[in-house]
Amino acid sequence: MARYVVRRILYAVPILLGVVLITFFLFYIVISPQQMARRQLGKNPTDEQVHQWLHQRGYDKPVVLQFKDHVVDLFLFRFGNSDVTNEPIWKRIKEGGPVSAQLSLLLLIGGLIGSISVSLFVAYYRGTYIDYWGMFLCVLMMSIVYIVWVVAGQYLLGKILKYSPLVGYREGWTSWHFLMLPVVIGILQGLGSSVRFYRTVMLDEMNLDYVRTARAKGVSEVAILFKHVLKNAMTPILTSTVSIIPQLILGNLVLESFFGIPGLGGITVDAVNSQDFATVRAITFLGAVLYIAGLILTDVSYALFDPRVRLE
Amino acid sequence: MAAFFQSDLFINSIPILLAVGFVWALVQAGRQPLWAEAYRRLRRNPMAIGAIVIIGLYASVGFLDSLGRFDARDGRRHTIIDRLFEARYHGQRERTYSAPMATMTTGEPTPHELLFPHQHLMGTDGVGDDVVYLTLKGCRTALIVGVVTQLIVTPLALFFGLSAGYFGKRVDDAIQYFYTVLDSIPGILLLIALLLVMGRGLPQICIALGITSWVGLCRLARGETLKHREREYVRAARALGVSHWRILFRHILPNLLPIVIISTTLGISGQMLTESILSFLQIGVEPGTGSWGNMVDAARLELAREPVVWWNLAAAATALFILVLAFNILGDALRDAIDPRLRSS
Repeated sequence: MARYVVRRILYAVPILLGVVLITFFLFYIVISPQQMARRQLGKNPTDEQVHQWLHQRGYDKPVVLQFKDHVVDLFLFRFGNSDVTNEPIWKRIKEGGPVSAQLSLLLLIGGLIGSISVSLFVAYYRGTYIDYWGMFLCVLMMSIVYIVWVVAGQYLLGKILKYSPLVGYREGWTSWHFLMLPVVIGILQGLGSSVRFYRTVMLDEMNLDYVRTARAKGVSEVAILFKHVLKNAMTPILTSTVSIIPQLILGNLVLESFFGIPGLGGITVDAVNSQDFATVRAITFLGAVLYIAGLILTDVSYALFDPRVRLE
Repeated sequence: MAAFFQSDLFINSIPILLAVGFVWALVQAGRQPLWAEAYRRLRRNPMAIGAIVIIGLYASVGFLDSLGRFDARDGRRHTIIDRLFEARYHGQRERTYSAPMATMTTGEPTPHELLFPHQHLMGTDGVGDDVVYLTLKGCRTALIVGVVTQLIVTPLALFFGLSAGYFGKRVDDAIQYFYTVLDSIPGILLLIALLLVMGRGLPQICIALGITSWVGLCRLARGETLKHREREYVRAARALGVSHWRILFRHILPNLLPIVIISTTLGISGQMLTESILSFLQIGVEPGTGSWGNMVDAARLELAREPVVWWNLAAAATALFILVLAFNILGDALRDAIDPRLRSS
């Protein structure tokens, strides 16, 4: 097991190297530090100012040297200082990380529970009007713009029902108060597409022989669904969960900045608005690392839970 | 030469050529038995017909909004849609917000009488523009974002996917490595990074969305090509000495067309939804261009007003919702019509 995990992590190294290359290409070649400085310094900066800006951030070194620094720094997670506020980027990530993790975890777990139970329900009534209209509702939900979900949710739950505070965040136990609304909205938003997908997975399972055998033995339909089908459907569902992780980051971006939650998403949006290239670079790399870590975790959890998967 | 690319003749000929090409492709496809069968099945599906009609309406608005003439008097290009609304409102704007069909403005300390009472079907926005007009202007942008992006995505994905699957070995390794790396950066972050670096604008958005969304189709195409590579018809072609590229694009590609068309149709709606998120992040289309994303984003800030200014948001969100829904329904219907095997039981 340990060997497998180690090998899996080693496989990730060339991929991370690729990510570093892409970020270098984007942030040093496509847009030169010169251009960054000019955009950052506002209208018509003097050459003196530009040079000083470049020098302070080490952008005036030869390209090869910059590339070396870029690779080494990112691999050691030395993100340096923000281009705008000169604060260390790590400090902001450390502040925002836990908050974002809390929100993402709630979204992930809530989303999984919500969509699996709805899809089980729909799969149980397959072929009936409930199924048909349920699927139609899913397509409707998939077609709604993210921001409309946010606005409508805020309006309904916050303004009319006075259920939770509209925006803001507080540390500690009362944080759920502030997280509830974004989490509910995030879950509802993703429900349509995931229910559609999970239903297909479950119906595929239901056509297999073992389900017919179970039925022949007289196992009730509910027990078949919850015991047999659900267990087997978990593999594709887990795989698709990994692909949700980037979407969680996307959801976080919008949700966090809209609800004023001081997480990583909020930092990213701020950085985009203030053209803070160093921070965006750091967050992009960090996002890739997290995603790859998620992939490794899924593979390992397959190996742990599914006896059919062997660790070669 | 540069003058030619800016001339009305050139700019107007692009949408006409695109429309003619699209219709021609549809007619040509209808002559082939596989697609004729698909058409027949589509026609029997009322939902699909509805979706096609709606997309057609949006497309014709976008088409009319692409044809126009440069006016030297104000240095702007006026499209047919612009002209229609200029004729109706005599080229004038209201003072500020007004509710649908209202007679007075809202959002001012002292409401003023409107220039055109009872004539703004969906009210006016902050600078007094008619909301229906703005919504119609958004059609073109949304369709460009959806369609042009897919025109970048599909060839890119097919080229890499087909070559990876067909040639195997080093080519496959290189392409797989390339897309794994690209895919391991969460899409939205890559999109943000790309747009931050390239700057705002419609072409930039299409390119950035194209770069971030071709991997899925590429994987699919690679997998399918792997399956087809060893089939008899490919072996026969190879034995007859047909060149590799000809085998790929004349023999294998037609077999992949069903999944390509379905994923393209569904992709369009995804791109249009993403565009609205980009507007929210302030890296969407430039403010001057009509876009539903920008409208929703601008309206979002107005909801705190009392009385609530909802019509702006409602118009843009509904327009986008209906178009995306139509594409989603059409995608599903196409899946059922073209390839019943893919049907999600």
